[in-house]
Amino acid sequence: MNQVLGLYDYWVVVTLMMVGFYIVIANRNLVKKMIGLSIFQASVLLLYVAAGKVRGGTAPIVPPGADGEVTYSHPLPSVLMLTAIVVGVATMSVALALIVRIKEAYGTIEEDEVLARCEGVE
Amino acid sequence: MNEHLPALAILLPLLSAPFCILVRRRNVALALIIAVCWATFAMTAQLLYRVRVDGPVTYELGGWNAPYGIEYHIDLLSAFVMTFVSGMAAIVASYAPRSIALELDTRQVYLFCTVFLLCMAGLMGIAATGDLFNLFVFIEISSLSTYAMISLGRRRRALMATFQYLIVGTIGATFILIGIGLLYIVTGTLNMGDLAHRLQALDTNRTTLVAFGFLTVGVALKMALFPLHFWLPDAYANAPSAVTSFIASTSTKVSVYVLIRLIYTIFGTGFAYRAEALDAILLPLALLGGLVASLIACYQTDLKRLLAFSSVAQVSYMALGISLGNVAGLSGAIVHLFNHAITKGAMFLAVGAIVFRVRSSRFVDLRGIGRRMPVTSACMVIGGLSLIGVPGTAGFVSKWFLVQGAIDRDLWPAAITLLGSSLLAVVYVWKFVETAYLGRPEEETLRDEAPGPLLVPVLIVTAAILWFGFDSDWSAGIAESAARALLEQGS
Repeated sequence: MNQVLGLYDYWVVVTLMMVGFYIVIANRNLVKKMIGLSIFQASVLLLYVAAGKVRGGTAPIVPPGADGEVTYSHPLPSVLMLTAIVVGVATMSVALALIVRIKEAYGTIEEDEVLARCEGVE
Repeated sequence: MNEHLPALAILLPLLSAPFCILVRRRNVALALIIAVCWATFAMTAQLLYRVRVDGPVTYELGGWNAPYGIEYHIDLLSAFVMTFVSGMAAIVASYAPRSIALELDTRQVYLFCTVFLLCMAGLMGIAATGDLFNLFVFIEISSLSTYAMISLGRRRRALMATFQYLIVGTIGATFILIGIGLLYIVTGTLNMGDLAHRLQALDTNRTTLVAFGFLTVGVALKMALFPLHFWLPDAYANAPSAVTSFIASTSTKVSVYVLIRLIYTIFGTGFAYRAEALDAILLPLALLGGLVASLIACYQTDLKRLLAFSSVAQVSYMALGISLGNVAGLSGAIVHLFNHAITKGAMFLAVGAIVFRVRSSRFVDLRGIGRRMPVTSACMVIGGLSLIGVPGTAGFVSKWFLVQGAIDRDLWPAAITLLGSSLLAVVYVWKFVETAYLGRPEEETLRDEAPGPLLVPVLIVTAAILWFGFDSDWSAGIAESAARALLEQGS
């Protein structure tokens, strides 16, 4: 029971990860593939943030007038994820730009149709 | 100046990239990348010399101490990889102006220069950094710019090839990110040296095992290790020639470097499952990959695709060296990084020169090319001999080490399989020889050699293949001491 409830945040991470991964593999529409990839990447953001969270912890800023110990969450994973978000946005924009070009060149964004047209004469 | 070399070698290309966008002028941008690439090569060569004499160099970015701040840790292996990456970049940059003019809209050339520099900065950063998260960021910098460069290909197939590469590459990078996250959860550090210490102190638990799995699969996707190689042939075959010669000679090699770091520096011998993972998974896959990819290469009808499948086979040889886990095997893997970089570099540069004249890389159109372009074809043949591993070429040196590594561990089947896939290489290299020298072109053409600016880089790299085939003291010496250092570090 503890495995399920105590680690519920990681279960969320794993579920999202698998949902995203499945969409990437199973869907033939290029935009939907990118949505899946986004969910997949977002699950990793949650993995890091969940790992940095300390129960009852606050932001890592010493409140004015505080003396003694203050429990705060680990800030580093969140900071790392800021970088990962930037990387994700960059990947997304490159991919969407590519999809626009694919639509221009082939007239469709369904993977099967694009690949079928690839077989034809260049 | 001198103590800042490790950071400068990466910052110079990284900061010059936006300049290309600012100036927008085609000739200025092209001159800039040539200057930057050669300057970077000079810096890395000096760095390599320093590391050889004085031992590993560390550089703390921003002056923050090592486990807290980001550290560049440059040992012999890193310096070696950085030197040949920047060297190949310099050669390709000098080759690019003529080659790219044919395949790219004039107005887009400055954009090509920008992504080329970014890609180079990313690859150099991967080799230099001693911080795992920094490594991920550099992997993404180099991958994103590689996608942009491949999509510049003239045929519309390039777009779909890029998209497939982007999906696979992003999944690979995200797997690496998951692995890094799990390691961080277990140890609380991102510095590679620190990680290695803390992992050694820990008993192997399930989280580290899962982290190892994610990291290995992620890196294997990036380096196109069989059977995760499906994205590579399309990407290589459809990219512009200059791009193919750069990424084919550097990008997968740098991923192999990451795998070596991962297995030998971070997960040292203290990691209980390492030996099993190497023997039971990496070794069979490497042997199978060498055979299957070489076999597929024999059936290709396009020269670029043939060379791309041969790259998959050659990456498998490097994986084989890594999985052997002894000094000879690991030296073989490291020296093959370099030898294969120059071999494939020379061959793809030569293909670019052929495409420049013939406008095609299909075998049907290449009949009689040996008479039409004798020098370029001769360079292709020398590169082919090096792929096979004929004595006197660079490829022989690496095969020698690999076979020795297999024999040292009494793995005779591995040694024989390696020789078997080299025989398959004879078959696919012969395909080019047959087309070029025995095939009759449909209409008789006169001698029509590639122009000088394309031919000189091809000749330089081909000369390097022969040079490092005869005089392997330098390359093999570095590889051997790097391998020894890695194996001692782990135990």
